[in-house]
Amino acid sequence: MPAGTDEGGSPREGGGSASSGPALTQESVEADVAQALEAIARAGDLDGLKEARLAHAGDRSPLAQANRAIGGLPGPEKAAAGKLVGQARGRVNQALGRRQQELEAERDERILVEEAMDLTVAPGRRPLGRRHVLTVTAERMADAMVGMGWEIAEGPQVEAEWFNFDALNFDKDHPARQMQDTFFVEPAKAGLVLRTHTSPVQARSLLERGVPLYVAVPGKTFRTDELDATHTPVFHQLEGLAIDEGLTMAHLKGTLDRLAEAMFGAGIVSRLRPAYFPFTEPSAEMDFRCFVCRGEPTAPPCRTCGGTGWIEWGGCGMVHHNVLRACGVDPERYQGFAFGMGVERTAMFRHGIADMRELIEGDVRFNAQFGMEI
Amino acid sequence: MRVPVDWLGEYVTLPEGVTGEQIAADLVAVGLEEEGLHTSGVGGPLVVGRVLEMTPEEQKNGKTINWCQVDVGDANGSGEPQGIVCGAHNFAVGDLVAVILPGGSLPTPQGPLTISARKTYGHVSAGMICSVRELGIGEDHDGILVLPRLLPAEVVARLAPGDDLIGVLGLDRETVEVNVTPDRGYCFSIRGIAREYSHATGAAYTDPASLPVDRGEGEGYAVRLADEAPLEGIPGCDRYLARVVRGIDLTRTTPEWMARRLTEAGMRPIGLAVDVTNYVMLALGQPLHAFDLATLGGPVVVRRARPGERLTTLDDVDRALDPEDLLITDGGERVLALAGVMGGEDGEVTPGVTTDVLIESAHFDARSVGRTSRRHRLSSEAAKRFERGVDPDVTAAAAQLAVDLLVEHGGGSADPAVTDADQRPERPVVDLDLTLASRYVGVNYDLQRVLEILRLIGCEVQGEAADRVVTVRPPSWRPDLTDAPGLVEEVARIDGYDKIPSVVPRAVGGRGLTHGQRARRAVATALAGQGLQEVLTYPFVGAERFDELGLEDDDPHRDAVRLANPLSDEAPLLRTALLQTLPEALRRNVSRGSRDVALFEIDSVTLPAGEALAPVPGVGEQPDDEVLAQIRSAVPAQPWHVAVMAAGQADRSGWWGRGRPVDVVDVVGWAHAVADALGVEVRREQSERASFHPGRCVDLTLADGTLVGWAGELHPTVVQRLGLPARTSAAELDLDVLVAASDHRTQASPLSTHPLATSDVALEVPRGVRFSAIEESLRAGAGELLESLELFDVYAGDQVAQDRHSLAFRMHFRAPDRTLTTQEVNEARDAAVRRAAQDHGAVQR
Repeated sequence: MPAGTDEGGSPREGGGSASSGPALTQESVEADVAQALEAIARAGDLDGLKEARLAHAGDRSPLAQANRAIGGLPGPEKAAAGKLVGQARGRVNQALGRRQQELEAERDERILVEEAMDLTVAPGRRPLGRRHVLTVTAERMADAMVGMGWEIAEGPQVEAEWFNFDALNFDKDHPARQMQDTFFVEPAKAGLVLRTHTSPVQARSLLERGVPLYVAVPGKTFRTDELDATHTPVFHQLEGLAIDEGLTMAHLKGTLDRLAEAMFGAGIVSRLRPAYFPFTEPSAEMDFRCFVCRGEPTAPPCRTCGGTGWIEWGGCGMVHHNVLRACGVDPERYQGFAFGMGVERTAMFRHGIADMRELIEGDVRFNAQFGMEI
Repeated sequence: MRVPVDWLGEYVTLPEGVTGEQIAADLVAVGLEEEGLHTSGVGGPLVVGRVLEMTPEEQKNGKTINWCQVDVGDANGSGEPQGIVCGAHNFAVGDLVAVILPGGSLPTPQGPLTISARKTYGHVSAGMICSVRELGIGEDHDGILVLPRLLPAEVVARLAPGDDLIGVLGLDRETVEVNVTPDRGYCFSIRGIAREYSHATGAAYTDPASLPVDRGEGEGYAVRLADEAPLEGIPGCDRYLARVVRGIDLTRTTPEWMARRLTEAGMRPIGLAVDVTNYVMLALGQPLHAFDLATLGGPVVVRRARPGERLTTLDDVDRALDPEDLLITDGGERVLALAGVMGGEDGEVTPGVTTDVLIESAHFDARSVGRTSRRHRLSSEAAKRFERGVDPDVTAAAAQLAVDLLVEHGGGSADPAVTDADQRPERPVVDLDLTLASRYVGVNYDLQRVLEILRLIGCEVQGEAADRVVTVRPPSWRPDLTDAPGLVEEVARIDGYDKIPSVVPRAVGGRGLTHGQRARRAVATALAGQGLQEVLTYPFVGAERFDELGLEDDDPHRDAVRLANPLSDEAPLLRTALLQTLPEALRRNVSRGSRDVALFEIDSVTLPAGEALAPVPGVGEQPDDEVLAQIRSAVPAQPWHVAVMAAGQADRSGWWGRGRPVDVVDVVGWAHAVADALGVEVRREQSERASFHPGRCVDLTLADGTLVGWAGELHPTVVQRLGLPARTSAAELDLDVLVAASDHRTQASPLSTHPLATSDVALEVPRGVRFSAIEESLRAGAGELLESLELFDVYAGDQVAQDRHSLAFRMHFRAPDRTLTTQEVNEARDAAVRRAAQDHGAVQR
């Protein structure tokens, strides 16, 4: 709104007979001013002020009439009267301007109050989506390996039987091969399976990239288990393989300790127990220290680890000479270790997930419990 | 393998008062994982009681109960008789019975039942008089356990009211169950477990196989090893020892201690002959077979099956034999058994009929037994052991132990003659550099300690520490020890894996993630940022899904890899697109009340395998390049895909206002977001794809025309067939194509800071012309000054001809080096319009 502008009246309008107006005295002018100031002060809003302006500063206002009356005065009086009226109009205009500012400020403040919104109700016009906890867990594990200077590799889910078994020293007649609960691709002579572990990527990496080699392999794996609270036919592993000169089981333990710490917190170490796998020798089962009880006896026994103080994580060992030979690596010069652990298991323990099915079903409420970085 | 603790204690000295739990923990340290701990489940106080009074009281329900006063000595703390209500009647005043007092517990199928004093039948019954069944020590239903009827007189004579019965009844017995890894056949015996326990703890071990064995005199029962087709050059049987016991009474019952041990070890007592052979197998790990000697006509001949031969095995299955099956035959003709797997009906011992028994104690090739067992899907305790390796040197001792037990418990006498067809090869030796253990394990082992451990586990070692390299002959029960790392494992295992230090290796460093891996993370994060939820669905589908998706019969997506042994016959195929398995996840969410749901999945899909077969060249050797290439090329292509599927509201309604349903534009936008996340420019071409609304589907392509994928609204019939919410929209893109296209370093262009000039044009165009085509013409006509343009309105109605509509475009112009004049802008705009007019008959309004 244009503030403080006079209503631009036509000069003809009301400009006829100045002599018919009231006497132009100091008193009369002061009285007009006082009336004007009072009306301005009384104006409660911008509309009221507009009326006050029309009445007291407009063309037909007493002061405007007084102004026009100056022209009818005898010459010598004109200057004094002009000054008198001019000052009076100045005071009124000033007051109008001030009041205008005040009222505008009041109005602006009121609008902000009126526009206030209660934002305590949850928004949700477009809720954020989420990554799946298993992929994020696998990424975190892979990143921990990258942090140790390893590379991340991957391989096919439908895999050649040779890569899945023979390259890894699973003889076709060895019971260990039968114990893998393998999905076979039709026809049987196709020589293809759904990989039962991420370990075939060990052989692929060694053949393709040679040694020294430090690779970790996250990926999807398959066994013919029915889905229940603790089993799933489709699951995920993180495989590790390090082949170099002079690597020992101590390096295996050190790597697992680092990874356990990255996944479960400072001070969480790993433990090796003797075991058997065709592709490692010596072989070990690996556990990590229960991050809840940390191995301290509790009553009742710790629910996370069942009171044993350790949680099973996967299998590992020194890579079998036959694996190195199958991949064209000289076992007299190079040696190293491999390990593989379940991503589901890692996620379930990290996040207290009791039922495997929640990882499988794709219920968006499950995802919503987690952030994008977990 | 279930290991009764008292049986274990017979072969190895157990510490006083050792618990099953402790034994299990000790065995874990040498690699025998605990599977379970089995106890009687009975908890005391369980004491001897003498029935002082019993008053029968008839109840309203017609049942008669006995209100008994039982002397339990001081076991109840007062010395007063204990009042107990009992429903059974097979006992009398004066009998000694087993009484469980309040606080004790009994096993039930529902879990432990804690006994307390309770009001019943008008009395306070303070405990229970137990039956054998309640105590879990027998199946006798007849009622109360009256102690003299179960226990030997000399034991009963020592019992007085109040005496603890837990130990007397053997209810404190524990059985440790351990998991035996497939390389340790010898641990399927108490002998093997005892040896391992000794290794773990240092406890003194007595080999149960070192018993006096009859050398035999005279000619034994004729045995011929006649394997004419050894597998992989290894004879199917390299030792067959036969003993004969005559005049035994197989109707005699198995001694209670043996029956109990068998039961505890998880085997059911069946009859004396079978029980003795099972007992020896559990004790020494040597499977035995007993034949009825009277039914045998000729020598025992071990040979491979002939074409067409059949055998009905003891599990009553008539089996067609395979020429690879190794058989035990009577005189080379009549088939008696699948060697090392299971016997047949012919030659079986029959209690009451059989008096003379031939005991077979043989060593069969692991591979041969394993193949036969798998071929016939016939698993047995014997096969399980042979497959994992049986000690070829325990044969004679096992036969001896069986003979001794049969004679002792069945009467009769053993023939002095022993047949031992022995063709065992010499056990191979391994050259071992003693320093290898330290170099391999990372523990600084003293070389003397290495030698000591090797000898401890039974190796014969030629050489001393000073020689550094020694010759090691592993023990007969460890056929798995064939190389130096295997011996190193023994050193590490016996010395303790807990001694291995933790050293983080210094990796050589490298690229970390591949570009593809980083790209997939970026795509997933972008989609989640757009409000989509990541899911991981199973890749298994059935052909029915292809029908539901409306795929034509010749649609390449139907050509899927098939599993030979799917989990469900309904879903034997591997998905060729992620959209084939997303519907379940979407439906599940809707049915669980999440109606506004946008899902995405990133995974590889499996394209059909070619005709090529992947060779399987075997272990321990690198295949030549040609074979490797064949293996690699037979593996089907498995490109990474990303798919989205969404239904419900895109913008949710709420207190802020009304929502907006998700539609095809959202899905096309998400598909674009995937490409944008990777910095790849894609083009859109209207298309018709199976599964999609014929007028609402668009292909995305790279600039060079390579197909990336498609996005659209699902066809209403598909939506209906799949039970999806109306207007479900979806997209599927080949991520490998996008990843390859994104694998370059984007070069930045400098930004112009000169002012932007905007000009709108409205063009009337024939309706058939695609927006993208007009856009392309406008861009081409406008030239380099055009920075961007957008379609902001589409109008059809009275103001334009029926077959045309009006498109309003806003064009933004900017020059890199100057402020554009109005004239320049107008010229560029007019050029754009001219081009659109020329290409498509567009008319400016």
